[in-house]
Amino acid sequence: MSQALDVLVCVKRVVDSTGEVVLTEDEQSVDGRYAGFTLSNHEECAIELAVQVAGAAGGSASVLTLGEPEAVDQLRSALAVGCTAATHVEADPGAFGPADVAREIALVVRDHESAGRPHDLVLLGNDAADTGDFQVGIRLAHELGRPVVNGAATIAVEDGHVVAGVKGPEGRETYRVPLPAVVTVLEGGVEPRYPTVPGRMKAKKVEIESRPPGTDPVGPNRRRLRLPPPQPSEVQVLGKGADAAPAVVDLFERLGVVAR
Amino acid sequence: MILVLVETDATGAVEVSRETLTFARDLSAAGGGVPIDAVVVGAPACPVAELVAQLATYGVRQVHHATGDAFSAYGGASWASAVQTVREAAGSVVVTAAGTPRGMEVLAHLAARLGVAMAANVVAFDGLAPFTVTRQVVGGAALEDMVLGERPAIFTVAGHAVEASPAPTSGEGRLVTSAPEVAAADLVARVVSAEPAQEDLSGGLKSARVVVGAGRGAGSADGFGDLLELVDLLDGALGVSRVVTSLGWRPHHEQVGQTGSRISPDLYVACGISGAIQHWAGCASAKTIVAINTDPDAPMVAKAHYAVIGDLHEIVPAINEEIRRRRSP
Repeated sequence: MSQALDVLVCVKRVVDSTGEVVLTEDEQSVDGRYAGFTLSNHEECAIELAVQVAGAAGGSASVLTLGEPEAVDQLRSALAVGCTAATHVEADPGAFGPADVAREIALVVRDHESAGRPHDLVLLGNDAADTGDFQVGIRLAHELGRPVVNGAATIAVEDGHVVAGVKGPEGRETYRVPLPAVVTVLEGGVEPRYPTVPGRMKAKKVEIESRPPGTDPVGPNRRRLRLPPPQPSEVQVLGKGADAAPAVVDLFERLGVVAR
Repeated sequence: MILVLVETDATGAVEVSRETLTFARDLSAAGGGVPIDAVVVGAPACPVAELVAQLATYGVRQVHHATGDAFSAYGGASWASAVQTVREAAGSVVVTAAGTPRGMEVLAHLAARLGVAMAANVVAFDGLAPFTVTRQVVGGAALEDMVLGERPAIFTVAGHAVEASPAPTSGEGRLVTSAPEVAAADLVARVVSAEPAQEDLSGGLKSARVVVGAGRGAGSADGFGDLLELVDLLDGALGVSRVVTSLGWRPHHEQVGQTGSRISPDLYVACGISGAIQHWAGCASAKTIVAINTDPDAPMVAKAHYAVIGDLHEIVPAINEEIRRRRSP
């Protein structure tokens, strides 16, 4: 482990899917032209944890993405909340399967290490909000020959180890793993901070390391995406406004949820 | 052979594992009756004999039980190592597990070790040559048809993709115990301590018969007074959408949805919640859903059984008043 802790957090530009999901014509991806783009909740928490853990150790946090040119926006948003360096593997993310993405991240980690900038801790979201593969972090750990903790809500670094809290079937589970390590993050353990105006200004000035992918992707084995068939609505409207209250309470009584 | 990783609780195989066994039986039938084996790693949370008997009713031929100190604490890599050893000895063409955090983790390790693909959250399969699965993506808002051309085909089954049902004819249910060796590197990341959540603050929400839900329509952190009164009147619990917790109006343990609690109350009253797919994932199991929303076209209204169109700040106080009026002698 280097003197000052270095944390790398990996993020993905995804379509904001809180509204209606629309697919591209080629049925290969979600169309973000109207919905806009964002980061997943897990990754926002991963960024927060990276910044907190690095800050507590007097180290630094960097951010990485593999994505189209516009994914720079997501790198800047991480820079605005405390990351100090960014790497952009410029590529069409739709052409990369989870094993491909893990391989590309591993290449960057190894290159940075060769350049004297080892990443002691690599954080990722537990799963991408769009492709939901649930495996990139684990595949990355295998590529790098590092231990991995999956689904951590809290992270601390002490004595060359990462201590991660995971909400598991046995309750609150703790892992203690020597660095260098990989941890994937589930939202819920920390509140991501909002960027400040000075933070945004600073983020604009950071020079982003841009690089092409190092390998030809195998691809995601995707035939096509499709939308689930719409369920016909069978809603019964009980009324409008406060006048509907008696009908609602009638229903509650029929369901037996109100003591008469 | 189809190998199914089974997770347990005090009552036996957990429901999602039994669903996965049911899914595996459909796949077995399509493949001309391929045998189904189960693998259990470490000491199950229930008596082994009872578990084996239960798994037999789901059509399981052999139950491979991996035992030893290596599995005294959970670890994704060590469990994957055990599954890999069992698979190599027994020779399976498919390895599957429920889409739980552990199911995902163990099979992702296995796929990485074997250098093959893994499909997460599969809901159906369509064709065996090539083996094509349909899986949930975008939090369930879309489906992906994906080819799993390699052997073994590795996938997890999404919760409630099928209903768990015992086989028409029981399987042999033979227990095969082994103590697979685990490399030191696979023992590095294991649970070192586990404490029952001291205060599972979401416990009341998950077990409540009635949940009153609130979304952006609550308006502010101060907008929950009438909703909390309704919670009291119905002896229920308050559940909120993600936007409410991310705005800091209510704590995270009250969140219902994909990244919050999944609830299945008798009645869910969704007030001022638009019904994004991520929220729906947490409340779809409610037996009766009443939506209160200003927007008659909101997804929550379309999916609900009953709806009232209008502002929750007018409707909820009127409901409270009506309940109190009927209660008063």
